[in-house]
This record gives sequence, C-alpha cells and structure tokens, in this order.
Amino acid sequence: MSKWFTPLKPVSSGRRITLGILGFVVVVALWWAVTASGLVKPLFLAGPGATLLAGYGLFFEFGFLGDVAVTVGRVLGGFLIATAVAVPLGIAMGAFKSVEAFFEPLISFARYLPASAFIPLLILWAGVGEAQKLSVIFIGAVFQICLMVAVIVGGTRAELVEAAYTLGARNRGVVLRVMLPAAAPQIFETLRLVLGWAWTYVIVAELIGASAGIGFMIIDAQRFLDTGQMIFGIFVIGVIGLVSDYLFKQLNRHLFSWAAS
Amino acid sequence: MSSLSIEGVGRVFPPARRGGADTVALQPTDLQVADNDFITILGPSGCGKSTLLRIVAGLDQPSSGRVLMDGQPVGGPGPDRGMVFQSYSLFPWMTVRDNICFGLREKGLPKPQQKEISDYFLERVGLRQFADHFPKTLSGGMKQRTALARALANDPKVLLLDEPFGALDHQTRALMQELLLGIWESDQKTVLFVTHDIEEAIFLANRVVVMTARPGRIKCDIPIDMPHPRTYKVKTTQEFADHKARLTEEIRVETIRADAMAVSA
Ligand SMILES: Nc1ncnc2c1ncn2[C@@H]1O[C@H](COP(=O)(O)OP(=O)(O)OP(=O)(O)O)[C@@H](O)[C@H]1O
Ligand SMILES: [Mg+2]
Repeated sequence: MSKWFTPLKPVSSGRRITLGILGFVVVVALWWAVTASGLVKPLFLAGPGATLLAGYGLFFEFGFLGDVAVTVGRVLGGFLIATAVAVPLGIAMGAFKSVEAFFEPLISFARYLPASAFIPLLILWAGVGEAQKLSVIFIGAVFQICLMVAVIVGGTRAELVEAAYTLGARNRGVVLRVMLPAAAPQIFETLRLVLGWAWTYVIVAELIGASAGIGFMIIDAQRFLDTGQMIFGIFVIGVIGLVSDYLFKQLNRHLFSWAAS
Repeated sequence: MSSLSIEGVGRVFPPARRGGADTVALQPTDLQVADNDFITILGPSGCGKSTLLRIVAGLDQPSSGRVLMDGQPVGGPGPDRGMVFQSYSLFPWMTVRDNICFGLREKGLPKPQQKEISDYFLERVGLRQFADHFPKTLSGGMKQRTALARALANDPKVLLLDEPFGALDHQTRALMQELLLGIWESDQKTVLFVTHDIEEAIFLANRVVVMTARPGRIKCDIPIDMPHPRTYKVKTTQEFADHKARLTEEIRVETIRADAMAVSA
C-alpha cells in the first residue's frame, strides 16, 4: 500500500490511463446499480441503457446534431468576442499601471456580477435572439479574461524587460515584443480555462427563451419527464468540453514548444 | 577624458514600510573609467555592486550624483550600455540567433546585416551549431554565452556584467572567463564586471575596485598590470598570488564588518 501512497511519486502512463477509465467505470456501474435495482425510479433517473437509447433517438430522430452545432456556435462566438475585447485590454492593464488603476476596481467589481443574473435584463435589451445568448457568455467571460491577462502580463520577469531596455528597445517594443510573447503561453492557458466556464453560461442562457441548442433540448425533455434525454444532453456537454480542452492543450503545446515545461 | 564617469553616485532606498528606516545601498561614489578599461568590482554581499551597475545601465536612478557617458548625463537605459545579468535573461521564445539579433532588430537594421553580425558573434562564442536552438535546450554556460553575444552584437560602448558567471560550475566558469577575456583583448571594449570571485576579478581586470561593506563605497582601486594576452596559466604566477593575497585580506575585513553589522542590526 505504501507503494501506492508515496507523496508525489509518479505513476506510469499505462496505470494512469487505467485508473482514469476505472473512475468512469465505477460511476457508471453505481448508476446502473441504483437504477437497475429499482432503488431510484426511472421517472427520476434513467439507467445507462435508457440514456444511450435516448441519445440515439435524439441524434437520429430529433436532429440533435443541429442543437449541438447551435450551442457550440454560441459558445465560440461569445468567447471569441470576449477574447477580442479582454485580451488587448488586459495587456494594456498589465503593462501600464495607470490603465490598470483606472480599470481594475471597475472590473474586479463587475467580475462578481453573475452572468446568469443578467439574463432577464438582456432579454429586455436584446430580446431572446442570438445577441442575448452571446451577451451572456460575453459578460461571463470578458471580465475574468481581462483580470487574469492583466496579472499575467504584469508578472513578466523583470530581467526580460530590463534586458530589452539595455538592448535599445523602447516602451512600444518592450510591450509588443517582450511582454506579449512572454505572456502568450499563460494567456492561452487562461483562455482554455475560461472556455470551460463559457459552457456553463451558455446552457443557462439556453434554458430561458431559446428555440434550439443543448440547453433548450434539456428543458424540452423536462416537459416530457425524459430523464434519459436530459442526462444524455449533460453528458454531451461533458464530452464536448473534454474534446475542446484537449484540442486547446494540443494547440498550446504546438504554438509554445519553446516554453520550458 | 574618460568615456564613462561616475560622479558622486549614491542610492538611498525609501523604507519598505511606513516608519521604517531608509536603506543606504550605496554611498556617494566616484569612478573614472577610461576607454577600454576592464574594471572588476569586488565587495561583500549587499554592498551595492548591483545597484551601482544598474544606475550606470540607467535601470535605476541615483539619489545623488550623476553618470556621464562621453560627457552626457545618463537618463535611462540605452543600447550604448549593454548588460548581462546573473539570472538567465534570454528571451525563451526566440532561438539563439534571434536573441542575438534582438537589439539589431529594435534598431531597424536590415535582415542581411543582422545575419552577418549574428554569424560573427555566434562564431565568437562558439554557438554556431546552436543558432536555431531555443534557450530551454541550452546549458547554463551556453545561455550566458548567448547573453554575452546578444549584448556584444549591439556594439555597446560599455559592457556591464553583474556576476554573469555566478551560477556556473567552476570549470565552465573558467572557460567563460577566457572566452570573455579573449573577446576583450581582440575587440577592445570598456567593461564593468561585478563578481564575488577574487581570482576571476584579478584574471580579467586591468583594475580591481574593492567596495566596503554596506553602505558601500569604493575602498581601493588596484591596477593589475599583468601582460595580455592572458591565459589560465597566469593564475599560477607569483604576481597573481600576490594580488590574490592582498585582495583576500581586503575583502575579509569587509566581510567581517558586514557580518557584524548584520548581527547588530
Ligand atoms: N529595490 C530595492 N529596494 C530596497 N532596497 C534595495 C533595493 N535594491 C537593493 N536594495 C538594498 O540595497 C543594498 C545593496 O543591494 P545590491 O543588490 O546593490 O547589493 P550587491 O552588492 O549587488 O549584493 P550581492 O553581492 O548580494 O548581489 C542591499 O542591502 C539591498 O537589500
Ligand atoms: Mg548583486
């Protein structure tokens, strides 16, 4: 046993994968046990088999792929707009202390405003169309990205900045050609994190006033008490999250191979 | 007239907390540096060596006095004063060659000239085969050779080095000393070099400046007249041993004083 629980002792990659899969297997087995034994009624929780069946039906009878595409589109749209606003602003805040002094209190405050609480207001302002959905994700992501990027850029190693100055760089060169590339890997890492959060916002946005999307499907399934469809919808969100996270990580590794691991 | 002149330069840091005492990092210091001088600065830890070098580089402002380059007061950092730091300061997203070209690029030099100059310095520091490597794949000695080449490629009037070999092992360090001295002997350059290592200070310099314990000031300025070109063999000569004995004594006294101050503080 002490062999397994030596602190920080690495595990082989084979064992890591086995353990990871085992985690899923245990949960699915528990799920299966409580539903198949009748401990929990199907009305409240569909079993694994029924859920898969519901998923099959969703894709092949109800055009669920369209819903998935709509939701992915919303997440990416809102996330990209937030990135386009927040990354430049965050860089400016990180690099210039006066810009930071102006925006930081404001954004620190705004960050704690829950994006979902804006939904009623946004519906009032933007209706129930795409603009409202994108706005929710935008609000949920933009302040977080901004603050995190500012911290990253502000934390650029002083030696790099000073070396650049002694090599003749001016302020503009230092920001664009030293602070920016130095911060880039961590900025991408931040974006990966926030993209994960954007998924939670989009579903909330789709629970209200939507006519398509994964969130809409889940609400729709609730009307028919179809717990299989609901669980399948949640499951699909998890899978997409996992895949996008993986792709992001690969992209980072590819773009920033120079970064020491 | 000397190219670099340090006139009454002192530095006092304000207290970190309200109500604390000021830190006098450097007492008003004078130093005249002639063209192509190689001056090494020795002193106990915390005596203000880095502070002095940073002020000359323009990275810090003196509380009193001024630094003149060719008669002009130094306002901020500039490419006429290149610096090599103890901690590795290469740009990790750039290859060795791009690091060396950084200053040239900022200056707007055309690409072919950048290549020519970087080729020369890659050769000079023995990193031709590593031109396309990223810093993370280099050893400590290679990183500092790149940093040296990067500073030299800008052709600064004064080269400032703050314990550049401090993190290297003894053998690598000895090779780096010979490399730097070889470049200085052939290319001629004004150099200020901060170190803790007495042998290093004697081997490289034509003047060794010793500073007192904090708050530092210059205690003595010792000419080293051993002939050039020097190889590692001078380290075993009687003249070298005499210099070493003298400097060891000077530094010892200051280190004991620094220690006593640390205890009483
Ligand atoms: N930014 C700063 N703020 C406050 N005090 C400082 C600052 N920089 C340096 N000091 C203090 O000034 C004194 C001189 O520091 P400096 O780094 O110049 O010493 P040094 O001779 O280079 O020491 P070492 O050999 O350890 O590198 C030290 O007591 C240090 O604590
Ligand atoms: Mg120092």
